[in-house]
Amino acid sequence: MSSRIELHDVGQTFLVRGDDDRRLREFVALDALSLDIRAGEFLTLVGPSGCGKSTVLDLIAGLTQPSSGTLRVDGRPISGPGLDRSVVFQQYTLLPWRTAQANIEFALEAKGGLGKAERAERARTYLGLVGLANFANRYPHELSGGMKQRVAIARSLSYQPEVLLMDEPFGALDAQTRERLQEELVSIWERTGTTVVFITHDIEEAVFLGQRVAVMSARPGRIREVIEIELDRRPAADHDLRATTAFAAYRHRIWSLLREQHVAPQEVAHVA
Amino acid sequence: MSPSLLAERTAGRLNPRQEQAARAKGVSPGRTRAVAIARGVAGVVVLALVWELLPIVGVFDRYFIPPLHEVLQALADLATSGELARHLRASLVRSGSGFLLATAAAIPLGAAIAWYRPVREFVQPVLEVFRNTAALALLPVFTLILGIGEASKIAIITYACFFPILLSTIAGVATVDPQLLRSARVLGLSPAATFRKVVFPAAVPTIFTGIRISGAASILVLIAAEMVGAKAGLGFLIMYANFNFLIPKMYAAILVTSLLGLAVNYGLVGLERRFSRWRA
Repeated sequence: MSSRIELHDVGQTFLVRGDDDRRLREFVALDALSLDIRAGEFLTLVGPSGCGKSTVLDLIAGLTQPSSGTLRVDGRPISGPGLDRSVVFQQYTLLPWRTAQANIEFALEAKGGLGKAERAERARTYLGLVGLANFANRYPHELSGGMKQRVAIARSLSYQPEVLLMDEPFGALDAQTRERLQEELVSIWERTGTTVVFITHDIEEAVFLGQRVAVMSARPGRIREVIEIELDRRPAADHDLRATTAFAAYRHRIWSLLREQHVAPQEVAHVA
Repeated sequence: MSPSLLAERTAGRLNPRQEQAARAKGVSPGRTRAVAIARGVAGVVVLALVWELLPIVGVFDRYFIPPLHEVLQALADLATSGELARHLRASLVRSGSGFLLATAAAIPLGAAIAWYRPVREFVQPVLEVFRNTAALALLPVFTLILGIGEASKIAIITYACFFPILLSTIAGVATVDPQLLRSARVLGLSPAATFRKVVFPAAVPTIFTGIRISGAASILVLIAAEMVGAKAGLGFLIMYANFNFLIPKMYAAILVTSLLGLAVNYGLVGLERRFSRWRA
């Protein structure tokens, strides 16, 4: 139910046209990025916007091929998208003409091997997992942002991938909905044991969710540091993990790491 | 008196989140469905009264614009004699087959054009030229090639219906949300399955814009083509009645034409609604 992912010396360049000089040039999005993601772990990837977090995710998903370096899942090189890896995007990517249940069935149709009744049954099970059993027949436009993202998560889990890739899935949600979904996600992860790679620019979200937090640096994107998070996550109604000193210390450490690189380029510019 | 647009649209009301929390919809006072429909009916009745009374009191010449009851009488005569059915059938066969032929050809072709960018870039300028050539300007060409029979009439209706549907299909397919395409790729869907399950359904609302335009065009071109050379059809009936000074009959035929246009439009709107019930 879970896979190990290795990124070794990965580089990614894109061809771009400059806004000012209208010339074609290469843009180095990632440079010599190496990262080992353990089987079954919850890893969060945090970094300033534009640092190439989503590029990393696209590479693991197999949507793009790296310019250099290797990516492996359980030792096998990644050559394209596969049903062993599933992605939840920031924008809700539900099919607007299908109900919540039919959206999940859509993923199961793609996987194949299940009859119509089995698909419906499985879709209802996973809607139940994200607490939307009563909303099976609602169309996406009849659901709130948080509900849509829950359906997207249920869809991604429904075909039982070994890796769940999440690209700022809670970025567009309000603060309370976001916290509730974070907690639900942790509990779903604990039950399913899937490897989760979760991208965010929100430091608190990274610390709260991740067993490990990989901090990226910007331009070119590299892994700056991987921090093990050891927090007491036993669920309790009155336990506000975010208010503990340990949480604050982790948060501050990552904040400092991101701050350093934020200041650095300005100094260079000043000297120049 | 109901409030103006400005007052009505800016009046205080629940915001969408409050509506959601209260599980209710805000209402504007004095705005009910029944009243709105009654106003619409009243509008039509006023038009009918104007048509009936102005010729009678002598504002219009009764001979050129007969009062409504004479037109309706002529319409009833047309209907009972079976003449109307004959002309209506001829017209419906022409515009129906032209419209269906155009739809059947334009949707697959538009999808194929939109799927490959080089093809799209290759044909786009040519399509712009054709689209901006008024169909009726080509009527002599069609008559020249296909003669004055049914073929040329159906062909020109097909031509007029073809381009709106083709262009809207191209637009609809080419502008599918890339996020949906990405999620289809993540699921490992084949290009054919992606087209069938994602691209086409997403393009349907845009395609329908073209279909509605074509529906209107099919009637317009039909009437014009029938006026020029035909032995049956609503356009022929209008011209025939005109030449023989059967003025009430002419108006009756015009009235049928506009009812046909209304029916086509509402039929297509209904069909569109049926296919896009999922939209907000």
